[in-house]
Amino acid sequence: MTEMVYGSSPVRVTEPVIPRWWRTIDKWSLTAIMVLFGIGLLLGLAASVPLASRNGLNDFYYVQRQAVFGVIALLTMAGVSMMPPVMIRRLGVIGFAGSFVALMLLPMFGTDFGKGAVRWFSFGFASVQPSEFLKPGFMVIVAWLMAAGQDLNGPPGKSVSFGLTVAVILLLVIQPDFGQAALILFGWGVIYFVAGAPMTLIAIIIGLVSFGGTIAYESSEHFARRIDGFLNPEIDPRSQIGYATNAIQEGGFFGVGVGEGQVKWTLPDAHTDFIIAVAAEEYGLILVLVILALYGTIVVRSLFRLMRERDPFIRLAGTGLACIFGVQAMINMGVAVRLLPAKGMTLPFVSYGGSSVIAAGITMGMLLALTRTRPQGEIGDILRRGR
Amino acid sequence: MTRTPLRPLARILKARAQGENPDVIERENLRLRHEQQRDASRNRAEVRLLILGFAFFVAFSAIGARMGIVATTEAAEPRSFASGAEILAQRADITDRNGRVLATNMLTHALYAHPKDMVDPARVAGELAAIFPEMNAEDLTRRFTDGRSFMWLRKVLSPEQMQAVHDIGDPGLLFGPREMRLYPNGQLAAHVLGGTSFGAEGVHSAEVIGTAGVERALDARLRDPALSATPLELSIDLTVQAAVEEILDAGITMMNAKGGAAIIMDVRTGELLSLASLPAFDPNNRPNPVLPKDAEPGDSPLFNRAVQGVYELGSTFKIFTTAQAMELGLVGPDTMVDADAPMRWGRHLIKEFQGKNYGPLASVTDVIVKSSNVGTARLALQIGGLRQQAFLKSLGFFDATPVELTEAPGAKPLLPARWPDIVTITTSYGHGMSASPLHLATAYATIANGGITVKPTLVKQTGPRPGVRVMREDVAKESVMMLRKVVTEGTASLAEVPGYEVAGKTGTADKPKRTGGYYKDKVINTFASVFPASDPRYVVLVTLDEPVETSGTEPRRTAGWTAVPVAAEITRRIAPLLDIRPVVEAPPLDQLTAVRN
Repeated sequence: MTEMVYGSSPVRVTEPVIPRWWRTIDKWSLTAIMVLFGIGLLLGLAASVPLASRNGLNDFYYVQRQAVFGVIALLTMAGVSMMPPVMIRRLGVIGFAGSFVALMLLPMFGTDFGKGAVRWFSFGFASVQPSEFLKPGFMVIVAWLMAAGQDLNGPPGKSVSFGLTVAVILLLVIQPDFGQAALILFGWGVIYFVAGAPMTLIAIIIGLVSFGGTIAYESSEHFARRIDGFLNPEIDPRSQIGYATNAIQEGGFFGVGVGEGQVKWTLPDAHTDFIIAVAAEEYGLILVLVILALYGTIVVRSLFRLMRERDPFIRLAGTGLACIFGVQAMINMGVAVRLLPAKGMTLPFVSYGGSSVIAAGITMGMLLALTRTRPQGEIGDILRRGR
Repeated sequence: MTRTPLRPLARILKARAQGENPDVIERENLRLRHEQQRDASRNRAEVRLLILGFAFFVAFSAIGARMGIVATTEAAEPRSFASGAEILAQRADITDRNGRVLATNMLTHALYAHPKDMVDPARVAGELAAIFPEMNAEDLTRRFTDGRSFMWLRKVLSPEQMQAVHDIGDPGLLFGPREMRLYPNGQLAAHVLGGTSFGAEGVHSAEVIGTAGVERALDARLRDPALSATPLELSIDLTVQAAVEEILDAGITMMNAKGGAAIIMDVRTGELLSLASLPAFDPNNRPNPVLPKDAEPGDSPLFNRAVQGVYELGSTFKIFTTAQAMELGLVGPDTMVDADAPMRWGRHLIKEFQGKNYGPLASVTDVIVKSSNVGTARLALQIGGLRQQAFLKSLGFFDATPVELTEAPGAKPLLPARWPDIVTITTSYGHGMSASPLHLATAYATIANGGITVKPTLVKQTGPRPGVRVMREDVAKESVMMLRKVVTEGTASLAEVPGYEVAGKTGTADKPKRTGGYYKDKVINTFASVFPASDPRYVVLVTLDEPVETSGTEPRRTAGWTAVPVAAEITRRIAPLLDIRPVVEAPPLDQLTAVRN
């Protein structure tokens, strides 16, 4: 009676958020990310000690810092991965707008930390690299534009997104940060490719990219030196690459043992760009192959799940995010084995770096949100196929 | 905005006619088309995503494979011996003209330290000082503990020393492979070879660069990677060089000289078969070039008297004056010239040796044979200073010798600033201008070569190089015959070596003081000769620095008593080595005795 008078207590018609999240999330990728983060902390225990002792800090100062940032990143990732695709889109667009403005302000307020490129905002206790946060937002906005462009009577998504790409690349090139610029261009290219780029255009774009690379080689001293170092078959044992190669060779299959490696003492970037060399030296080829397999699992599984996705926006955004994540890891490890020219690029989740790990958390959160299992009209497919 | 036509027009018209809302039909149509297009794009994306996924898989596999390859290759650094072969062949060997090794490379090790890795720096310092006498334990301890992370300890180690350092067993002591230059013949041809030292040094290898002699002058050739397997063949004949140095050394001792030089040159090619300067040094362990403050440069064993020693060469110059006079047609070998001594020129008085007088008239041949200063001076005045300078220039006396030694370009002849008649006179008998023994040997080789200039060289030649004719062939022949008479009848009678027809000219010059003027009892004795006179093949030149021959009642300082016997002994020893057959006069038939009937 009471219920009839006062109305019944509200009944949840949908499943609760967390159980639904757990049921639909890609658990393989999630596990892989967790393991990668764990490996990152483990390697940090070895690789960041020299930096800490150089800066006169507690030996594991950077590991503690990384653990804090990592927990923030994982929480962010979990939170983002619970959002519906529409929210992802909004978050992406806002994030992109914010970091784009930050990128434009870099020449005025940025700092270069003596590394020859203005990429960071320094806040004293921490520094932020806006281009790290730009990437996921950029992928989302490009995917949105492309997907909208596919609609009947839709806006000209391809042209607009291309204009946006050019603008971002220009901002990155003046830093200069050719690595991130290439990554941005690659992300746009992948989305365009999946959105149905004509094959002839793909060929032309590949041609243009190589032409642009040549121009950059001719005009930038910084860039030319790195390329030359790669093309020169003689490894100078005193170069970063030389130390990295030596470390991989020393490590062999099972490594020289925990904490026994030497390369971390000689390489200034052992805790970031060359963390894979530390992994190879101390834990051997085994751990390197495990890391490779983890990245491979995340990328290939995500792409596989997106194959049956009906919604073009989700498909394109997921593809872009998965690809830049995978390519960033690929470039980092490719440099260490001299398959690619030397280019400072962090290994997502594994390398030390607050911006890097939080941005990777956002990227993976978005990717996980987009690859969640949702109804894709399978029955309709079956019926249609039967017709 | 472009208007899309209403589709399907037939249904819309029908609906309009029935009064229904055509927009519903149009929306329905749009939805269907949209779905259709979405399915098409999904199918296309499916294929492309598959391609992408596959591409990523391949790329990650490639990186994994590459990691595997790198990880399974041997690490380069600790395997110093593996890279030894590569280091070994970096600098070409040097051989003599018959392929005997003069300089080669040996693998050795340098010792360096990483003091920060040392377990017990004090113990290491003590043990190192026990192995290497030049090291000081306290000094080493201080340097090991002052916070440096790297220091060199020794450039080269012997195998025994290396083992001893190994036995210290400290991880902070490390070895770097080194290519070391080795001169297996010790002091032999030391001035020709010069020496080497380490240039840019790294832990894994060090650059070996020439510091003197051929090693420095031909450094680029020796370091050319394309030619590292081909040894550099010098014109030196090791056997001849050894004989020459031995005899010269004995001669210096016998004649109480400070030092000496000897040159053997092939008159056709300009090749130097021997270039000796004593005292010498060991190029494996080059002495410190820094001299005490008041020492002369010639006192250093590093000083190459044959090339760097610029001396007034004395009467050996007279043959150039007579040759030029004959070349100009002023005189013939038998023309009588005024040789009445002493000769007065302005306020100068030209005298003969020991105040003799070979005049009033003497033939040109006699002027050379008896070494008449006055006769030469008269001829020189007929020639004139300008023509004299031109002739000496054509013989190479005005420039540094072009031989392949670092020291050569620095040894320029010392020429008088002006050339008045008195200089013409003194130059005609070898005073007033200074040149190196190698200059003189080259000029004698030109005369012996029939009047065609030769270029002195230390690199083996395949044949004569084109030269310039500076005198007629008959003048050159006559000049050699005059030199022959110096030996048979004149001042160099001790030079005679039976069967080898030695022809040459002595020269004795007072040594100039550094403060000006000349020493009374210090001389440079030179004997420049060619043999065999009938068909000259080799120049033999001997120079002795401050010799004095004391076997007689009074000390003798003329070249005829000092340099000449040394040169004769050299000729006697090297002629058979150089395949020169002695001319044996056939005994008269009636002196022959049949061994058996």
